[in-house]
Amino acid sequence: MDEPTVYEMSVQGRHADLLPDCDVDEAQFPENLVRADNGLPELSEQQVVRHFMRLSQRNFGVDSGFYPLGSCTMKYNPKISEQLARLPGFTAIHPLQHKSMVQGALALMHELQEQLKEIGGFASVSLQPTAGAQGELTALMMMRAYQAAQGEPGRNEVLIPDSAHGTNPASATMAGCIAVEIPSNDRGGVDLKALRAACSDRLVGIMLTNPNTLGLFEERISELVELIHGSGGLVYGDGANMNALTGIAKPGHLGIDLMHYNLHKTFATPHGGGGPGSGPLGASAALAPFLPSPIVERSSDCETGGMSYELSSPSHSIGRMCTFHGNFAVFVRAYAYLRGLGAEGLRNNALHAVLNANYLRVRLGDEYPVPFDRICMHEFVCRGQPGGSKVHAIDISKRLMDHGFHPPTNYFPLTVPDALMIEPTETENKETLDAFVDAMLQIAEEARENPEILRAAPHTAPVRRLDEVKAARDLTVCETVEF
Amino acid sequence: MHFTPHTDEERRQMLDAIGIESLEELFRDLPGKGSFPQLDLPPALSEMEVASELGQLAARNATTENASSFLGAGCYRHFIPATVDYVLQRGEFYTSYTPYQPELSQGMLQAMFEYQSMICRLTDMEVSNASHYDGSTSLAEAALLAFGGAKEGRSHIIVSPSVHPHYREVLATYLRGADAELIIPDDPSIAATDLLRLIDSETAALVVQSPNFFGRFEELEGVAEATHSGGALLIVVTDPISLGLFKPPGAYGADVVVADGQPLGLQPAFGGPSLGVFATRREHIRHLVGRLVGQTTDLEGQRGFVLTLATREQHIRRAKATSNICTNSALGALAAATYLATLGKHGLRRIAELCFQKSHYAATKIGEIPGFEVNPDAPSIPFFKEFVVSLPCPAAHANDILREKHGIIGGYDLGQSYPGQDERMLLAVTEMNTREEIDCLAAALRSLAL
Repeated sequence: MDEPTVYEMSVQGRHADLLPDCDVDEAQFPENLVRADNGLPELSEQQVVRHFMRLSQRNFGVDSGFYPLGSCTMKYNPKISEQLARLPGFTAIHPLQHKSMVQGALALMHELQEQLKEIGGFASVSLQPTAGAQGELTALMMMRAYQAAQGEPGRNEVLIPDSAHGTNPASATMAGCIAVEIPSNDRGGVDLKALRAACSDRLVGIMLTNPNTLGLFEERISELVELIHGSGGLVYGDGANMNALTGIAKPGHLGIDLMHYNLHKTFATPHGGGGPGSGPLGASAALAPFLPSPIVERSSDCETGGMSYELSSPSHSIGRMCTFHGNFAVFVRAYAYLRGLGAEGLRNNALHAVLNANYLRVRLGDEYPVPFDRICMHEFVCRGQPGGSKVHAIDISKRLMDHGFHPPTNYFPLTVPDALMIEPTETENKETLDAFVDAMLQIAEEARENPEILRAAPHTAPVRRLDEVKAARDLTVCETVEF
Repeated sequence: MHFTPHTDEERRQMLDAIGIESLEELFRDLPGKGSFPQLDLPPALSEMEVASELGQLAARNATTENASSFLGAGCYRHFIPATVDYVLQRGEFYTSYTPYQPELSQGMLQAMFEYQSMICRLTDMEVSNASHYDGSTSLAEAALLAFGGAKEGRSHIIVSPSVHPHYREVLATYLRGADAELIIPDDPSIAATDLLRLIDSETAALVVQSPNFFGRFEELEGVAEATHSGGALLIVVTDPISLGLFKPPGAYGADVVVADGQPLGLQPAFGGPSLGVFATRREHIRHLVGRLVGQTTDLEGQRGFVLTLATREQHIRRAKATSNICTNSALGALAAATYLATLGKHGLRRIAELCFQKSHYAATKIGEIPGFEVNPDAPSIPFFKEFVVSLPCPAAHANDILREKHGIIGGYDLGQSYPGQDERMLLAVTEMNTREEIDCLAAALRSLAL
């Protein structure tokens, strides 16, 4: 059933009364600046609550069920983190308060920086980037600033494997670089021959997602790093897939110069329906002076002998990437998670994330062929077109909704036709994985026997399949009702 | 704490299915077969201990709940109706991701559509995206819209020095990759109308803020027309609370309106996460950055909502996308939608009125103190909820006294952003400040004058 919008429910003259009377002498408004109507709807509080409650019931989250959206690491978001992030000591503090009043917040940020450094093997970490894509952009700007400081400001080419996330080439363009696509080899890794040919004195560096978006570890990473460094380039690691590597390998020790972490993937902070995320950036000793400002420094307090914390700017900082200090409330959640898990817990995550992915890979592989069929990391990509059928990945995905599952990522990476990218994460149990396999196998059967049921899916979701072409043609992007 | 549900027996069955002996074997492709470093992290804690440790850290912060605060400068303490956190705690919302699968995401999509509608009405613009990171990054993307699409080939933008200093810093960082220049005059009290003479054939956009960083309304009448006749776009940064009562930038002909949406139901939270508001004209829709929700129908003709114009975005256009943005501030936009729907037409107007009344009361009280002056550069220009006070001593010193002797969080020390303004502070007064708090602040400042 359709849910009316807030404007459709609005009734002239209705309002909640939540505000106090004015307790001061009233000043005169500058009449020429006052507007007649601010255009907002008029509802009662109960209407608002029922409305958003009903909307929530028309939405699917990790708390609703299995959400194997590849590359997004949709793991369980611990409730303790939500509770702690709501402590007034964290919510009711202003970013410009005197440092003596926010030592707890600064200490938390410093500890998070330190732990991320240790996990990734980096010399320094800035928490400033507000999302993964902003972490990428920050890294590219730092690479260019570093090379300019080395007397090589003219370098402007960034190598990007064809399996990379779209944010990589888009970030390269925003950083004023030219994105050069590098093809994959027949094992799903970077084609080193093509890479060698693309290396020149124009090279800024490479943006490398490892494990890559096929869920495969870049087997020849040592050679790759050597090639890039040999051409005066830098290696940027896209940490989107770090959940496979925590406690297994340190990217900084594999030769990665810079890497962003997605706190909203690896460190279990909620995705929020599309943000807020957080994309802290780790840097090697050479790149650390270029990190965005501010970062948190710790020093010994001479008077008390205790530790004191303050914000500081790295010596060659590229500047500020957001208004204040990054997404602090996300840091609180990630820090709570890290303190709960510790080193063993993080490794345990990676081991089981990879176990779950490989279990699904082998159980689904007969019906959904995996183009690069070897041990995968935290995710894998298969073809969403079961043998003997003519359905597409999107039909499989929509039919999965009828079984109560969120679909995998569709049509990405672009290197695999009808790609279904499946990332179960470590928090799913075997019964859920088995139920998902049963559903996928049943759908494969239907794809051959009764493909129409797939093409007309979903049948049980709040709406039937939606017409995206019509949306792009009509472009009704805000309400036009008169009120 | 751990969240992996596997029993030994299940692990064994799964390893058997894969055909390997141990979990470690899964990493045989790694150099040195995975180095399995021993991470030097503090020992893991139970949930009880985590709560205790974070509780102690939280307790080391002096909150704006336990002190009266007059600090604003881009992050504000405003009333948040109880409905907002109630909605934010719905797991169906906050544990979902970007609604790529619209049939399972109608709730978030419709909420975003309603957010877009309310932002369009509030700003008097035609198109709003479904959120950006914060106010400063919204501004940076607005500048890129001007350079990249609308005014391609032009070489600079003119930015008023009364735009938030951090916004100007972020803008400068974002433009590192563009072949573009920022022109920012030195005189912080220069009016928007005086910036018009700087516009030439190389100007892509004029950026002003109203109410500006000092809390004052800019005279915007005629500014858009003059900017357009120079062939440039007008980008206006605003305070969304002010739009409850005062004329929106859209009514003056702005091409892009950006704002920090934190005042719309988001906690200060040490400055983040926030919400970037970004609204523009229909003609720029194909250069818009970020997610956009559009209305459509399903197979049976029922209304529904989807992400639309994805052809602008990085996951489709890659290097030719209008921006790299992917994860944004959807939950912040949901908070804002709940906030705006709860307060509604009457409530937001009331909040804006209270901010205006209380800040004017505070300004009058403080202006009466010998040696203090309110808005010394522009005493007659209307202001909204913030104002400048010149003091008989450095602002940093005044703030130390307010904090240490009176338990008051003072204003922003303008010397940190404007050279030579060490004896000025920017005070913010919102509906949260009672008359008693304001009187205490005035009395405390009066003691400084002695």
